[in-house]
Formats: sequence, structure tokens, C-alpha cells
Amino acid sequence: MNSYLDLFLTFARIGVTTFGGGIAMLPILQHEVVKKKHWAEDEELIDYFAIGQCTPGIIAVNTATFIGHKQKGRLGGIVATLGMVFPCLVIIMILAGLIANFAELPVVKNAFAGIQVAVCVLISNATIKLIRKGVVDKATLVIFLLIFAGSSLLSLSPVIYVVLAAIAGILLKDMEVNAK
Amino acid sequence: MMIYLRLFYEFFKVGLFSVGGGLATLPFLKEMGERTGWFTNTDMMNMLAVSESTPGPMGINMATYIGFLQGGIPGGIVATIGEVTPSLFIIMAVAVMLNKFRTNRYVDHAFYGLRPASAGLIAAACLSVLLTVLTAVRSSSGALFKQYSLAGGPLFSVPKLLLFAVLWLLANKVKQTKNLHPIAFVAIAAVVGICFRFAGV
Repeated sequence: MNSYLDLFLTFARIGVTTFGGGIAMLPILQHEVVKKKHWAEDEELIDYFAIGQCTPGIIAVNTATFIGHKQKGRLGGIVATLGMVFPCLVIIMILAGLIANFAELPVVKNAFAGIQVAVCVLISNATIKLIRKGVVDKATLVIFLLIFAGSSLLSLSPVIYVVLAAIAGILLKDMEVNAK
Repeated sequence: MMIYLRLFYEFFKVGLFSVGGGLATLPFLKEMGERTGWFTNTDMMNMLAVSESTPGPMGINMATYIGFLQGGIPGGIVATIGEVTPSLFIIMAVAVMLNKFRTNRYVDHAFYGLRPASAGLIAAACLSVLLTVLTAVRSSSGALFKQYSLAGGPLFSVPKLLLFAVLWLLANKVKQTKNLHPIAFVAIAAVVGICFRFAGV
């Protein structure tokens, strides 16, 4: 298959199977991009999420741009991004006329109460996988625990954590080198 | 023509200033609604509910919906493209820089610290979703500290916990279902939700 078409269709599939946005699309990304297509490693997904926290725009879209760009340069980035947004565009415009009522339908409410539970299972699995990739030694375990606790207890912008962690990474590695 | 340019410009601004994605776009949208009169706060809350019940990132859904209401199909397309354009340019610039500097010692060391941090942020987001869906514990942002409170009703939802346990086993322990596409679990859960009236309606 044409590789641009492949990018478009893969990200269209990711867009259409993600409910809720944000980290809900992590498990789908892992399945399609890491496991099936081998376009990126788990480690790269974590990096893209970290960068997405401190750059403008929607993280799901930013990740699509990154992976598209990595595969096929600038045009690839654009094609993957368009693929990501295309199905949502179509679905929302179809539903737009009915939108106020759609979410109120009992069958929709019940289905989504169930879907939320599935999303919980999927994101828990995806999160555990990413923790295993990010936490590689004692120092990274400490960073993980501090940021997890900070983010759960304090109302600070994630940008602050990302910047502090990057500085900590540089300092820790420097100390390691000096100790040798 | 003017309305398309305006839609593009307004959503371009939202895309440019909302750092962190998803819910970060909300304050900007709220301000846009008040300024342009394109939608009310109630419209926005309805849209939020629908966004959560349709596929795709919420920020994109909001842009498409508001654009469509103001300018029909072209309006929906223009608003959505406006929203993603700034990040498209910024991310591609970052990607080029990363390729250039990925082997740089400092960049490499920064990522050593970034990965556990990113995992920590994701884990905290995951925990808050788990609490909201499976228990009556609710968290909200205070001035400095997150505030945790209890919603009315039972502390745990037993049917939801059961479904969680079954799906977790299917996704991790059962060889035949372990490698299914995530959408399969979503479909099973939707059917269970409808059959057992998970929303109580």
C-alpha cells in the first residue's frame, strides 16, 4: 500500500476507535503503531507525551504529527494529522443536528457507562507498560513517584514537572559521570 | 467568506494557546463563546457530554461542532484545520530539532528524566479516571492543592468493578483474547452497559 495512504488510514482508525481523548488513546496507539506497524517504540510514545504536555495543541494530534513526520517527513506529518481528525469530523457533523439529544438517549448513556469501564482497563494496562519503560533504576523510580504524588495532590501545570524532570535528568547523569 | 476566516482565526488561537491538550482548551473556548456569541455555556456542556460519547479527541470535536453550527460543512472543516494548524507547525519544528539533537548528550540525559516524569503524569491521570469511573471519589483542582470529595451514593459501583475485573482478565490473562484490538473490549463493555443499565436509566 502507498505509505501515505497507510499513514492516513492507520491514524483514521486510531481516531475512530478512541473514546474520550487524552490518555484514552494510549492503548490504541500502542496496539496500532507499536505492535502492528512498528512505526515507534513504547519509549518514543512516552517522549511524545512528555513533549505534548508542554507544546500547544491536542496531545493525540501532536503524537500523530510526530509519528507521521518520522515516517515520511513533513507531508507524512500532515497526512497522519489529517487522518486522525477526519473520522471525528465526519461523525460530529452527522451528529450535529441531533447533538443535544444524542447524549441524553438512555441506550447511549448506558453504553457509555460500560465503555468507561473498558477504557479504565485499557489505560491501566497502557500506563503499567509505560511505567516499566520509563522507570529503569532507583533515580527514575524516585522521579516517577515524586511526579505521580505531585500531580495527584497539587494543582500545578504539568509544564513545571516536565521542565524540572528534564533538569533532574541532566543533573543526575552528570553526577553519575563525575562519580566514575 | 468572512465567517470562515473568523472561524479559522478563532480556532487557530485556541490551538496555539492551549498547552497540554484536552481540557486545557476549555477556558479558551468558554471565553470565545462569551465574546463571539457563537454558543452558550450550556451548549458547551452539552457538546462536552457528546464529545465524551463519540470517538476522537475532545478539542477536535468541539472545533468541528462549533464550526459546523456557524458555517455548515465548510465551517466545520475550516475550524478543525484552524485548531490543528499551530501544533502541526510547532511539532514538526520540534521533530526536526529532535532528529538533529537526539544524540546530543544533554538532550539524551533530559529524556532520561522526562520518561519517568511523563509516566508519573500519565499514572496520575489514569488514577483520576479510575476513581471517577469506578468509585464515588471525585477530584477537582483547588488554588494550590487538588481537592478530593465524595459524590453521593455508594462508595463503589459493584457491577462496574466486576466488569473491570472480567475485562482485565480477558486483556491480560486469557491467551485467546489477550491480543484483541482494544475496540473489542470497548464493544463488549458497551453491550454489558446496555444490558445491565450501567447508567441507571
